Amino acid sequence: MKMRNDYKIVIGLEIHAQLLTKTKMFCGCSTEYSFDDPNTNVCPVCMGMPGALPITNEQAIRFGVKAALALNCRVNLYSRFDRKNYFYPDLPKGYQISQYKYPLAEHGYLPIETPNGEKKVRIRRLHLEEDAGKLIHQSDKIDTAEYSLVDLNRAGIPLAEIVTEPDMASPREARIFMEKLRNILRYIDVCNGNLEEGSLRCDANISLVDPETGRSTPRIEVKNINSFKFVEHALEYEANRLRRFFEGDKDVVRETRGWDSKLQMTISQRGKEEENDYRYFPEPDIPPIVLREEFIEEIKGELPELPDAKKKRFMQMYNIPEYDASILVSSKELANFFEECCAKYDKPKIVSNWIMTEVLRELKERGVEINETKITSKHLVELLKEIDKGTISANTAKSVLERAFETGEMPNEIVEKQGLKQISNADEIRKIVQKVVEENPKVVAQYRGGKTKAMAFFIGQVMKVTRGKANPKMVNQLVKEALESPEE
Amino acid sequence: MKIYEMTYSEIETSKDIRPDEVLDAFYNRITDVEDKVKAFISIYERRENPKTKPKIIAVKDNILVEGKKTTCASKILESFIAPYDATVVGKLKENGFYIVGKTNMDEFAMGSSTENSAFFPTHNPWSISRVPGGSSGGSAAAVAAGEVPLALGSDTGGSIRQPAAFCGVVGFKPTYGLISRYGLVAFGSSLDQIGGFARSVEDVAKLSNIIAGKEDLDSTSLNNSVEDFTRLLKRPIKGLKIAIPREFMSNALDKGIKDQIEKTIYKVEDEGAVVEEVSMKMMDYATAIYYIIAPAEASSNLSRYDGVRYGLSKSDPSLKHQYMKTRDAGFGPEVKRRIMIGTFTLSAGYYEAYFEKAQRARTKLIKEFNDVFSKYDYIVGPTTPTVAFKIGEKVENPLQMYLQDIYTIPANLAGIPAISVPIGIVDGLPVGLQIMGKRFKDAEVLNLAYAVEQMVNFDYTGGMKKLDEGLGDEDEK
Repeated sequence: MKMRNDYKIVIGLEIHAQLLTKTKMFCGCSTEYSFDDPNTNVCPVCMGMPGALPITNEQAIRFGVKAALALNCRVNLYSRFDRKNYFYPDLPKGYQISQYKYPLAEHGYLPIETPNGEKKVRIRRLHLEEDAGKLIHQSDKIDTAEYSLVDLNRAGIPLAEIVTEPDMASPREARIFMEKLRNILRYIDVCNGNLEEGSLRCDANISLVDPETGRSTPRIEVKNINSFKFVEHALEYEANRLRRFFEGDKDVVRETRGWDSKLQMTISQRGKEEENDYRYFPEPDIPPIVLREEFIEEIKGELPELPDAKKKRFMQMYNIPEYDASILVSSKELANFFEECCAKYDKPKIVSNWIMTEVLRELKERGVEINETKITSKHLVELLKEIDKGTISANTAKSVLERAFETGEMPNEIVEKQGLKQISNADEIRKIVQKVVEENPKVVAQYRGGKTKAMAFFIGQVMKVTRGKANPKMVNQLVKEALESPEE
Repeated sequence: MKIYEMTYSEIETSKDIRPDEVLDAFYNRITDVEDKVKAFISIYERRENPKTKPKIIAVKDNILVEGKKTTCASKILESFIAPYDATVVGKLKENGFYIVGKTNMDEFAMGSSTENSAFFPTHNPWSISRVPGGSSGGSAAAVAAGEVPLALGSDTGGSIRQPAAFCGVVGFKPTYGLISRYGLVAFGSSLDQIGGFARSVEDVAKLSNIIAGKEDLDSTSLNNSVEDFTRLLKRPIKGLKIAIPREFMSNALDKGIKDQIEKTIYKVEDEGAVVEEVSMKMMDYATAIYYIIAPAEASSNLSRYDGVRYGLSKSDPSLKHQYMKTRDAGFGPEVKRRIMIGTFTLSAGYYEAYFEKAQRARTKLIKEFNDVFSKYDYIVGPTTPTVAFKIGEKVENPLQMYLQDIYTIPANLAGIPAISVPIGIVDGLPVGLQIMGKRFKDAEVLNLAYAVEQMVNFDYTGGMKKLDEGLGDEDEK
């Protein structure tokens, strides 16, 4: 039987975002722990010491509300914490303080651009909770490790858990959603959105439905997806595996699977029968969160311009194509950089072109955001102005920019130091042209015999001699003149 | 009068006692009687002579004192050294109190006799073959025996008031939220409240002034301005309205205690207070509600004792077995029983039938209290259904033990202030009167308690005398 590929894919996501508060969710410990020695960024509260009690971080509530509003959620005026009870060594109290019955916010959505047009992914809920600590296994794998060590530095970091409805119909859509969500969380400064480092985490639920019979595969939860690429890869792998269900593969059962990026496959972690009964109940140590409308309005007022709105504005204000705009707003820092450049240089499309090609290439190679480089808008603007003035050619400008990324020097300095100034002196260029023409009589003859393409050879030779500094327009013109002038 | 027989206030105001005499008096008293009473789990070494009169106090061993063992009378915390001071302990220290040691209790405050201590039972000074009540039995016995003038306890379902009644001392549970729970090892978080023991209502009011107050480390600590607990002590009670719930005076109540309560009520009426009988139907459900909510919260609160970070740890190659071995070896039978009850009532499929129903019933019970308090200033009745029972008498029957708290539990469920004041003797053993008041009307509760104390003129040194005369052994078989 041939493998069908018309099954409907159904994907829902559960995202955990570490909030960028100064202190932990329920105590005064810092949220910056990555450079600390294990178990030094802790206190009686986040260690689960006897008698210690949680105090809710107001900033975390603020950030939660901010994220909820950015995701078009309804913020609940009454919400409350519950205890999620289970035993694990990284969970110091034997329960996680989370929100179960009354989450902070519900009923949101996020529009995403799919290859088939715009689509709304509904957000079921957003709630606050505390992060667990970390286990460091003595060997690579938990089942072969002789012992594991517990580090509680991360325990108690505030998390917003965002749960979508199962609205994504392909692994690609799931990735697009995650990228957009990350972008928004970064725009509003509540999460730094780093999947690799785990400050943003994504678990996915996936199942397939046969559109003819309506029959559905068991639902699989995929964990440990720590890059945007893997969102797509893991779900593609899993969708392919799930297809076998319709061919009677008995191994496809409801379970939790983990993505192994080395093996590029998912691996069974936990079956349905091992699912925990978390025995949720209201957290008696913390009174309910009761918000005032004015508080929510105040936070609404603090929301910055979000990517979609910014994109529209860019298209109108700078008259750039939608494609350019969507790339420019894909990062808040990049969008700011673009606007800073445009404020000092009046050709937005040229700025956009340079950003989308040369700047983005540099950023990608370095794996950083624009604000993490040595380049500022001043650099790019100066570079573009020099091109306009004819001091340097566009080609030279590319290598100047590269150098600027490297050292942070201003383009003028680089041009000066490396002697890259464009030669625009006609006499000087003419001399070189003359010399090249004289040295290559055979090619001159070919040109004059009708092989006009040979002109490129001469231009190339002139550029070679001038190390690319000759003004290309002038070279063009002077070569033409020289070749076409009657023989003396 | 011997120094150890004096109240905290008497010692403070007495001009001819030297600081070292105070310290000597209580340390000597401890040396003399502790073998019989067994009130303490830890006794701190006597420090150098104080410059000012030391304010002697004992602290229940579920309240953290930095650098000292805090065991909760459990093997699982037998060697646990507290890494910080409980808020109340910090306040005691700031106010120059001298902590002499940590008192015995039922393991994790679960019990009504102090027999559930993993280490040893405490004996009632009035009759050492009898229990001091619980769970703060060590604190109550220490105060009754003259080992300390003051002690801290905790009250989740009566754990201050019931032992106070059994030992013939005053025990006060203030309004939930008036005293920070930070550093009190949690049992039933929505019910737990720290409070004091003393040999006078005035002392307990003064102690409350020291330890109360809104505090940032406990989110359930309430934002009420710190009130002066002593401010109404001497107010006449004429015209105050008192309700006696019929349900508190039913057949479950020992005849001798009932007589004592009625006798006291007549005196209160004589002072011009208005006393009326009321019906509070929800009181019959209080124990059932409590034994769902408290174990549920406890099952979660005690999850942290897993052998990973501190306390007893029994290692095993399997994580699950490490947990099981540690907790099996570390917890006693009553604690295990409550963890199991609580785990059950919170489980999927049972949560609605038990925990949620109990929560709804609790709300109903609070409403009933509010209704009565809309017409009356106080609700008064017995603290306990019986006087102190024999050690060993009820250990085999947990239900019988649970019924010890039928009159005290409602105040915890409602979060209201409640006090037990000794009013007389039945069969040679003290009887307590319980006074409950409206939330935040703690000074009012102390007002009536003070008035009753003046009327009954109870001899707080009765327990000490019996202990000294060796009469404590009289009814031992």
